[in-house]
Amino acid sequence: MASPEPAQHLRTYAQIAWLWIRAAWQYPTSFVLLAVGNGLITGLDFVGLWIMFAHLDDLAGFTLHEVALLYGSASLALAVADTAIGSVERIGTYIRTGRLDQMMTKPVPLLVQVCADQFTLRRLGRLTQATVVFGWACTYVDWTPLRVLVAVSMLVSGAMVFFGLFVGFSCVQFWTTDATEFANAFTYGGATVTQYPLNIFPREVMVGLTFVIPVAFVNWYPCLHLLGRTDPYGTPEAFQFASPLAGVLTMAAALLVWRTGVRHYTSTGS
Amino acid sequence: MRGGGMLHVAVATRAFRRYSTYRAATLAGIFTNSVFGIIYSYAYIALWDANPTAGGYDQQDAVTYVWLGQALLMTIALWGGGTTDDLAERIRTGDIAIDLYRPVGLVGWYLASDLGRAAYHLLTRGLGPTLIGVVVFDIALPSTVVAGLAFAVSLVLAVVVSFAIRFLVASTAFWLLDQSGVKVMSGAFAIFFSGMMLPLVLFPGWLGTVANALPWASYVQVPADIWLGKHTGTDLVAALGFQVMWAVVLLAACQGVLRLATRKVVVQGG
Repeated sequence: MASPEPAQHLRTYAQIAWLWIRAAWQYPTSFVLLAVGNGLITGLDFVGLWIMFAHLDDLAGFTLHEVALLYGSASLALAVADTAIGSVERIGTYIRTGRLDQMMTKPVPLLVQVCADQFTLRRLGRLTQATVVFGWACTYVDWTPLRVLVAVSMLVSGAMVFFGLFVGFSCVQFWTTDATEFANAFTYGGATVTQYPLNIFPREVMVGLTFVIPVAFVNWYPCLHLLGRTDPYGTPEAFQFASPLAGVLTMAAALLVWRTGVRHYTSTGS
Repeated sequence: MRGGGMLHVAVATRAFRRYSTYRAATLAGIFTNSVFGIIYSYAYIALWDANPTAGGYDQQDAVTYVWLGQALLMTIALWGGGTTDDLAERIRTGDIAIDLYRPVGLVGWYLASDLGRAAYHLLTRGLGPTLIGVVVFDIALPSTVVAGLAFAVSLVLAVVVSFAIRFLVASTAFWLLDQSGVKVMSGAFAIFFSGMMLPLVLFPGWLGTVANALPWASYVQVPADIWLGKHTGTDLVAALGFQVMWAVVLLAACQGVLRLATRKVVVQGG
């Protein structure tokens, strides 16, 4: 029989998250500025891309609208994952301060607690900006029912890939507690890579982004389908539909690493 | 302030040592900076492939610019933070009242401490990515001794300007209690207007004029142009003069804000 647990975990997650939203609201000016600031960072990020195109007709064969589709979809996937579970980045701090030990004594799965801890709505800024850019880019796509399906699955799978990268690479901190930034190379680095048409990278990098850190599935392959393009590197067309598989695999791998990390964890000893 | 020189050197040395404790964090940071360096290098190579003279740079200038940016990122504390975070925390907790008793100027104390931090970050987070840029992407080195020396001066000025802005941001805690909102906003402007996101030489028309006149241009664009040999003769003096001007104006603003804030602390009763 299926257990009611996942639903309950989700409810607990929501309760903890709500607690943190109320706490953040105690400094209302900061709360608003944080949300606006985060929107501004990502907004200016896109302005940067737009300025680039003032000097170009196309980037490696892709027009501004096409790059905007890549940019918007990657940013949206990252924003969803980051909002939901971005706190997992701070696990090193929890270990150092002993908070992880406290969390372990509570009747809620550790991962749920860590992800919900210090939940912040400030990432709404990124979410809004990504939605606007993606929406704008979508108006240039020739939609078919299959493409709608691919687009929806792309966003869900993309968020799953980033979920996996966030959780998986944060686990490094079980072994070395202050190497938080290491994960950024893969999470935010992954998000930056996917803003560009991937054919600007050499073939070896492309292979790595497909089979090792599968961020190419976040948006590149499905977007090729949405744009009716063939891969400049000639990968099989099936890749354009394989994002859900990449999402599930990344997430499964991350949960496995998480479990190993928690088992390895022996507290700070103090 | 007689004898103040030695004191400030001592403060700087201790800040240097304090930051050097976190070795794993430093290595993780160098790794992450290098990953971003590689990503942006390929993006700029694609851009300059399409437009070989964009912004008056050639492809090697552009790639060099990328690695300089990654090297400067932590040295100038582009995202905010550094020792001014301690200041903001002391304002929030009220410990600042004790600091204001001390017979040492607050601005000078924190500036010395931040220069110590910057020196550490330059030797690690600055040198690391630069070496990787030299080896992997064959970036340009300063072509003359004058350019090299001027770059060193420009770098110090960049840290001072950045410090002054971060000090002002931290001071908002006197009124808001929590600096984080303002810090994120300030970081967003810094990323965009420093030329970290995209060289300011690519900014079109009035946007370029405005960006090159704002203090943030001192962070990356001015030192990078000096490194690349874009400023020579009187032009070089003018570039350094621009940084000095902002350093003086902003440090004066720090003193002014501190005086205002001190009055407020007294009114509040600590």
